[in-house]
Amino acid sequence: MKVLLVFFAALVVGALGEQLFVGDQVLRITASNEKQIALLRALGEREDLQLDFWRDPTKAGHPSDLRVPFPSLQAVKIFLESHGISYSIMIKDVQQLLDEEKKIMLLSKERERSTSTFDFASYHTLDEIYNWLDTLVANHPGLVSKIQIGESYEKRPLYVLKFSTGGSNRPAIWLDTGIHSREWVTQATGVWTANKLAEEYGRDPSITAILDSMDIFFEIVTNPDGYAFTHSSNRLWRKTRSINAGSSCIGVDPNRNWDAGFGGSGSSGSPCSETYRGPYAHSESEVKSIVDFILGHGNVKALISIHSYSQMLMFPYGYKSEPAPDFQELNELAKKAVNDLAAVYGTKYTYGSIIDTIYVASGTTVDWAYDNGVKYSYTFELRDTGRYGFLLPSSQIIPTATETWPALLDIMLHVQQHPY
Amino acid sequence: SPALELPPSHSLPGRAAALAAAFIAWRRGTPGRGPALRALSRARRQDIDGVGHKYHLEFVLEDIFEKDSTVNCTAEVLYHLGNKNAAPDVQFTIEGELKNTDEADNLFYNRIKSLKNELVAENIPDSYGNVPPEMEPIRALAWAASGYVIWKNSNENTKYQLAQIKHVKQVKRSDEYLEFDYMILLHENVSQEIIPWQMTVLWHPQHGIEVTQNSRQPKHV
Repeated sequence: MKVLLVFFAALVVGALGEQLFVGDQVLRITASNEKQIALLRALGEREDLQLDFWRDPTKAGHPSDLRVPFPSLQAVKIFLESHGISYSIMIKDVQQLLDEEKKIMLLSKERERSTSTFDFASYHTLDEIYNWLDTLVANHPGLVSKIQIGESYEKRPLYVLKFSTGGSNRPAIWLDTGIHSREWVTQATGVWTANKLAEEYGRDPSITAILDSMDIFFEIVTNPDGYAFTHSSNRLWRKTRSINAGSSCIGVDPNRNWDAGFGGSGSSGSPCSETYRGPYAHSESEVKSIVDFILGHGNVKALISIHSYSQMLMFPYGYKSEPAPDFQELNELAKKAVNDLAAVYGTKYTYGSIIDTIYVASGTTVDWAYDNGVKYSYTFELRDTGRYGFLLPSSQIIPTATETWPALLDIMLHVQQHPY
Repeated sequence: SPALELPPSHSLPGRAAALAAAFIAWRRGTPGRGPALRALSRARRQDIDGVGHKYHLEFVLEDIFEKDSTVNCTAEVLYHLGNKNAAPDVQFTIEGELKNTDEADNLFYNRIKSLKNELVAENIPDSYGNVPPEMEPIRALAWAASGYVIWKNSNENTKYQLAQIKHVKQVKRSDEYLEFDYMILLHENVSQEIIPWQMTVLWHPQHGIEVTQNSRQPKHV
């Protein structure tokens, strides 16, 4: 990735003021045998195509990255396809990416240039996190991209980071933090974890194995209206900020709004309640956007929804006491994950189904996911157990994220090793 | 009826343990010491006909000031059937000694007594979890006093924690007691509600803590 950065910097220097790379693409090409390697090398030698390897083809099975000027795209793709050489489009438009990068660099001098100068040990505003998403993408092009899955009630964009090394609609893992806005350690853990995922690809064997065959979708601020409100007005705001017809009370509990046991006793019908389920399932755009995304994707194999506080790792069901068909496997995996979490700093988690471990809850994210074919559906409740509760000191952000990391890895690795 | 062993990770014994810890915080809390639940080790439950549900608990307490200072406890919590207004019965035993805070308590007492103007503070901890060191005893007093409020208002379907001190004001007295008027926020974990609660707290190093007045406040819309 560092090599890419050098090339990027060179391109930016060259591109300042000039439109040099409009429509150019960077292809990730994986030759499957020596013959294909030879073909690729020969392709690169062709003067007329003006090709530029960012990562040379060296070994079969190892990806190489090739910048293809727009006029040569057609010819190169026909060449690759006719020889059965697999490739994916890593950068769809190099100039667009350069413009973005230039914009970032020319903006405010206080802007974080590198994800490594971002202060992971403090709580950030919505704007700071949203800006950081762009920085992460800029620093890891080809691995991380940002997509918008919808808008919040107050019309804020709902952003999801996509971690992908290629392929087409690979089996995917969904992660979300901050669905309840007052649970600040979760958004903060989300930022740290997203950065860790990007940094560790190519270094940590588990993450590399996972991302070589699966995609990860990560929504860090799942409830941006609520999050903005916790900064501006009420630190302990939980719900969305949607207006409820006929009531002066605002907001719906986004973790009671899913169509799984919707309307049951583990949620409230009163708009003034913190667990108000909403007028109907998926009434909240914050929820509907995820529903549409996951159903539209069609290949999500795991969903992990992160909350605080209580130090628990739970799986379906919350809306009924009947054990989930996969109870045994989900329970065993949860046990392993909490043990590995505890091994870091001794933080004790309890685990089990939602209804057994915390309370009956209907219309939850994980129950919906599970009932819609996502077998590995988990919810975390991060630190602490009530000493600070939602007001967790920022000094605990990095320890919390650090200890949660092996638990997340356990789950993701298990998913990767148990395709279904 | 016999006592049934329950997994300590289950929600019901967890609530009973939280209640026991809150009760202990009230009975044993001082400006220098805030007992809090670390982990529940063992739980059994007895359903007593016509009386209620009795939990037998073994758990570990830590101190809100010193996480590594822990002590083992046992407790019995009896939730009464029928009478909604009756607080649960709690009996507890602490194995060993809790940290002695006499010196710190006296320092705090003298410091407040000698203030020219009444102490006033708000948002403890603040949004970022910060507690100024000079406010730690104020927080500990609220921790202990809220234990009383929590105990008096708990049942098997509730799990309260002190979420924040919204506002605290010292009330000057002519006698030897210190008096603080608190507005706290309780977090009720089952309903997820944030409940404002007013408490008037009296304290003296030798006479302990007394909650002379407390009342639930209307929720902010």
